Amino acid sequence: MAAPHALETTPLLGRLSLEALPLHEPIVVATFAAVALGGLVVFAALTYFRLWGYLWKEWFTSVDHKKIGIMYMVLGLIMFLRGFADAVMMRLQQSMAFNGSEGYLNSHHYDQIFTAHGVIMIFFVAMPFVTGLMNYIVPLQIGARDVSFPFLNNFSFWMTAGGAVLVMMSLFVGEFARTGWLAFPPLSGITYSPDVGVDYYIWALQVAGVGTTLSGINLLCTIIKMRAPGMGMMKMPVFTWTSLCTNVLIVASFPVLTAVLVLLSLDRYIGTNFFTSDFGGNPMLYVNLIWIWGHPEVYILILPLFGVFSEVTSTFSGKRLFGYTSMVYATVCITILSYVVWLHHFFTMGSGASVNSFFGITTMVISIPTGAKLFNWLFTMYRGRIRFELPMMWTVAFMLTFVVGGMTGVMLAVPPADFVLHNSLFLIAHFHNVIIGGVLFGLFAAINFWFPKAFGFKLDRFWGLVSFWCWVVGFWLAFMPLYILGLMGVTRRMRVFDDPSLQIWFIVAGVGAAIIAVGIAAMLIQIGVSILRRDKLRDVTGDPWGGRTLEWATSSPPPDYNFAFTPVIHDMDAWHDMKRRGAARPLEGFRPIHMPSGTGAGVILAGFSTVLGFAMIWHIWWLAAASLAAIVLGAIIHTFNYHRDYHIPAETVAATEQARTARLAAAE
Amino acid sequence: MQTPTTNPGFWDLDEHAHPEGHSTMLGFWIYLMSDCLIFAILFATYAVLGANYAAGPAPKDLFELELVAVNTAMLLFSSVTYGFAMLEMQKGRKAGTLVWLAATAVFGAAFLGIELYEFHHLIENGAGPQRSAFLSSFFTLVGTHGLHVTFGMIWLVTLMIQVGTKGLIPANRRRLMCLSLFWHFLDVIWIGVFTFVYLLGMLR
Repeated sequence: MAAPHALETTPLLGRLSLEALPLHEPIVVATFAAVALGGLVVFAALTYFRLWGYLWKEWFTSVDHKKIGIMYMVLGLIMFLRGFADAVMMRLQQSMAFNGSEGYLNSHHYDQIFTAHGVIMIFFVAMPFVTGLMNYIVPLQIGARDVSFPFLNNFSFWMTAGGAVLVMMSLFVGEFARTGWLAFPPLSGITYSPDVGVDYYIWALQVAGVGTTLSGINLLCTIIKMRAPGMGMMKMPVFTWTSLCTNVLIVASFPVLTAVLVLLSLDRYIGTNFFTSDFGGNPMLYVNLIWIWGHPEVYILILPLFGVFSEVTSTFSGKRLFGYTSMVYATVCITILSYVVWLHHFFTMGSGASVNSFFGITTMVISIPTGAKLFNWLFTMYRGRIRFELPMMWTVAFMLTFVVGGMTGVMLAVPPADFVLHNSLFLIAHFHNVIIGGVLFGLFAAINFWFPKAFGFKLDRFWGLVSFWCWVVGFWLAFMPLYILGLMGVTRRMRVFDDPSLQIWFIVAGVGAAIIAVGIAAMLIQIGVSILRRDKLRDVTGDPWGGRTLEWATSSPPPDYNFAFTPVIHDMDAWHDMKRRGAARPLEGFRPIHMPSGTGAGVILAGFSTVLGFAMIWHIWWLAAASLAAIVLGAIIHTFNYHRDYHIPAETVAATEQARTARLAAAE
Repeated sequence: MQTPTTNPGFWDLDEHAHPEGHSTMLGFWIYLMSDCLIFAILFATYAVLGANYAAGPAPKDLFELELVAVNTAMLLFSSVTYGFAMLEMQKGRKAGTLVWLAATAVFGAAFLGIELYEFHHLIENGAGPQRSAFLSSFFTLVGTHGLHVTFGMIWLVTLMIQVGTKGLIPANRRRLMCLSLFWHFLDVIWIGVFTFVYLLGMLR
């Protein structure tokens, strides 16, 4: 292993030099070759088919919440493949490194992989997926034409993408952090991590974090201010409710992450003593602060999916959701409780029995509203006419899987038990059980559920089933062994093992990961096959599942303006109410519709922010100063643009709606 | 319960355009609260680390309350003048608004100047942010506030140009309202800094 060394600095390139390229790592070089080749092919194809203008005009600079939502989903999918590749490498290493074998990854590389896996999966997979989903669905569900701040929405997306670019860059230029996904000091301090890895971590999260906070503010305002007339808070769809709570959590927790990362940066860049071990610094302060963000974060990820499960269960059971009010209160309870449990992540810190008991009990209390939700879903299914379409299957798989993860969570919440299980593979199994079984299964349910809304055709059922069964079986095979290993005392983040009797469990887990890989491949095939067979899978009604909420009231895909006339709400499950009472779609009297216009300002500002991050990582001070100046100047110039909207003429609206009328008539 | 089956009208056929920027004030207020959280973390950090002098200087050895009092006065005056600017704006007087905004900028610049002088003085005497956890948290808390005032100044000048060229149009009024919230918010934060960092620091 190379000893930590101070990097040479030049005024022009900072710490950057040819040595930063990891040419000595054959795996990284091969990956780089593959990525470069793939990138070149995509670039060439886009150029050949002259798609750059289209992409720039219709997508990159668009402020349409639907397009931004889809871009978030694409970003999440790409980063998911990267994060999963990391997972496969870890599984392979751990199933090989026995009986004196070192495996195939050196510790320098392995430590980066487990850090990158965690960071990418949380910040650049789960977050974009969840944000993208809320972006796409929430305005439709509340009968709005866009979000409160459409430009900010575009900017938020590009900041998230900028953070993702920085993480991906670390693979080929320099290195990523070797500290674990939360970068605890003193390990992440400059003494023990003198290289650029932690700086990549900090700046990727800071750039993306700005985007996340702003998008939280935006969606919060949208839900509070832009609901269609008649939609009181207790008539909002459950997904909108859970999105509301999620965005409250985002706004009230991401600034904490920003602040704590600033403090870590100051320690690393100018030598302050917040988290150092001397001059009065206190590393445990970092651990407390980051988990004050970190615990709400896990609810940011799961709450929207609780909403998805509610929508899916009631739609495919053909019934109104059981216990809507209790569902809402349960969500709000979880939102509040998520702020008073953070210490359960480090019971072993030594806070004493009283403090640990408090946080142990608050943690266990969370299982009560969560349990209430589960019973609500079960009672919704009870005596319903259940249709086992793909979204419903994912939901049932979630219920069975998540309950196990929830119960092992309660085990970990017992402080004495946690002293045994802390930092073990049992913990790893627990949180993968809730994140895969809850967040991912929920996302797959949501993608299968709303894909026809976004694109106008359903996803192929056969390949969806292949993917479903591979995922479910693969998940159980991959993570149950980790529970067993954790109970036997195996700690997380190990690269080699001494005890040969453990190997069989790692091999089983590796087989599970391989089956999940097949599941992911099947999912990609499912999307490809569905695009090829889109005419057969087409839905012209806009309501392929017999939906209940407003997004199904408009066409699929919805027109730019979502609704030609603003819907008026009289009851919960507004669209179901409209269908039941025979609401006719208005066919005339269209008016011009006021819409926000697209702008390239978001791409440009986020681009400069990414450059700023890169310059700070490599200590290229002149570039950092220049890009900061460019950001400030660019923002100021943007404020001088007072014309940010346009009207869709009434004739265009009428033509679009008439085309839909014709399609509906032809389908009957 | 028998649910009604009549059709009460499900589409707003006579829709009027919504005023532009109808959620801006709410959105900006939520942003301020998220910013407030950043300050909360910095205050909490100061509360935890503020007594860790690492055998270095303590608040009593460093702070000059007279200077800080003058500084506080500068910021409070700037809030008052901003208030007058808003009153002028309500009356639709462009020139008056601009004059009071300029006065605000002068007081803001005085505040920043005194703060920079204080920082310079401390660092020169070996009490820089690297000296101890107390000084790290002091400089970060006060410096973050100063950075906010700096951005507020840039914003203020930008807005003066925009009001000067475009007049008190609705968009500019909205922007002035937002900056007003921001400016008074920084005042409130400074009251916290003055009380918890300077006054209580002298008692410690």
